[in-house]
Amino acid sequence: MVDLNNISLTEIVKLVKLKKVSSLELTNHYIKNIEKGKKLNCFITTCFDETIKKSKTFDAKKNYDSLLPGIPIAVKDLFCTKDVKTTAGSKILENFVPTYESTVTSNLWKEGAVLLGKLNCDEFAMGSSNETSFFGNVINPIEKDLVPGGSSGGSSSALAASFTPATIGTDTGGSIRQPASFTGTVGLKPTYGLCSRWGIVAFASSLDQAGPMTKNVEDCALMLEAISSYDKKDSTSINKKKENYSKNLNKNIKGMKIGIPKEYRVDNMPKEIEQLWSKGIDILKKSGVKIIDISLPHTKYALPTYYIVAPAEASSNLARYDGVKFGYRSNKGKNLIEMYENTRGEGFGDEVKRRVLIGTYVLSSGYYDAYYLKAQKVRKLIKKDFDNSFKKVDAILTPSTPSSAFKIGEKTSDPISMYLNDIFTVPVNLAGLPAISLPAGQDSKGRPLGLQLISNSLDEQRMLNIAFAIESEIKFKQNLNRWWE
Amino acid sequence: MPIDKNQVKKVAKLSRISLEDNKIDSLSKDLDSILTFVEKLNELDTKEIKTLKSIADKTLEARNDIVDDGKIKDDILKNSPEKNEDFFIVPKVIE
Repeated sequence: MVDLNNISLTEIVKLVKLKKVSSLELTNHYIKNIEKGKKLNCFITTCFDETIKKSKTFDAKKNYDSLLPGIPIAVKDLFCTKDVKTTAGSKILENFVPTYESTVTSNLWKEGAVLLGKLNCDEFAMGSSNETSFFGNVINPIEKDLVPGGSSGGSSSALAASFTPATIGTDTGGSIRQPASFTGTVGLKPTYGLCSRWGIVAFASSLDQAGPMTKNVEDCALMLEAISSYDKKDSTSINKKKENYSKNLNKNIKGMKIGIPKEYRVDNMPKEIEQLWSKGIDILKKSGVKIIDISLPHTKYALPTYYIVAPAEASSNLARYDGVKFGYRSNKGKNLIEMYENTRGEGFGDEVKRRVLIGTYVLSSGYYDAYYLKAQKVRKLIKKDFDNSFKKVDAILTPSTPSSAFKIGEKTSDPISMYLNDIFTVPVNLAGLPAISLPAGQDSKGRPLGLQLISNSLDEQRMLNIAFAIESEIKFKQNLNRWWE
Repeated sequence: MPIDKNQVKKVAKLSRISLEDNKIDSLSKDLDSILTFVEKLNELDTKEIKTLKSIADKTLEARNDIVDDGKIKDDILKNSPEKNEDFFIVPKVIE
């Protein structure tokens, strides 16, 4: 029997189709891994009885025509799953059991996958280290005192530790790519509108996108193919035909042009990240790619813009948590208003409160023009920077993060230092573009580092192909000794 | 200093979030540093720039005004913290 922890999703799918392994055997394997890995705190909810039942149903029928035949998969706890608790990492949704299924997860089940459980995340996806979750922080399988990144930290950690062969997260300002980079995995944030937002707990609706997190680029193409779809229920969903990303994946990138933005050479960037970036550039050159220096002049305004736009949208989206229709309700308060205030005061954690307050402030009378409108204008400038660049290049190569994974507790006392982590990932969300982070090396402490490719809207295939070519040259290998078992 | 303690209390009221007294100081400090950080945008002259209306590169689709998800009263009420057969129940609004 092969070691399922050391093979890719694509290889597992092949084994299932060749009848070398059954869905139930896979499920039992991951359940065993998850039970031995409780220390990492990846899961908020598991539903093993259901997983086993569904695996048995699959094995009885054996429909091999789908993309993910009988594959057990765990997902971020931001996706609503019918009859399975969905918390968004918050006390306010601690007991929320959706009566409907998100479009993205129902696409997974239509392709034959079965749900293993729901993965920990920062509260309402607000965080870069998974330390804001009401259900406790997640531990990075790379080292026991490191954060796994965030907000999809339960997803990145569970994937790296082989508690699931692939997973999905959501990315509002880097929440897929940064945790992927911190755990030596691949994470892709699709073009805004490629994957439906229906049934995903909303954070900042003009920035949120669901996307795959996988062990390699081929798996990433397969998962993106499975989850992307046009959906009438999301008014921003793009109406286009489904792509065969995995079938069309190839390494032929000769003659392409890749841009290197000078503004991403930030002060105090660790030398190891500079070197990794150069290594990426060298690989591309050797593959016959033309490297072009470009400028994205408004890059330094991306984070300040983000920290106006995202909280503003969050404050509107989170208005629905009022203790009336669903979620937690405080039993303190003499009247309706006090019930609202106490429900939200007790139900939200500190980071969520900070962002709702900032959002309310920048949208409030007298401040709206100076903050929110201003930010929407700068957002346009940021988008224009990218539009101009894509007239000259096919994709842009940058580091994924300004550092490798940091220690638990290292940045919790200063919100700004935490926000700075997303400096390379946030511009992409503001411009609605796709980007992928792939593992490209390790720093001197053995912590993984990622490279990010950004491409033009709906150019995911080309972006995946470039990532595939880089991956095959870099040959990143991660050998975890499963110290947590 | 973009924001002080009294403004924080006012914004909390607008946001319908109760704050513990012992947390207001540190929260004001945090909000002040975040607002100072985002005020970097004031360096840019944006008078001539049009506001971004939507990041989705499409016009919104119209649909026929037909109910397609009716008869789900039980589902809608299911997660309410307090309800009866037909209604959400809230604390008394009128004395």
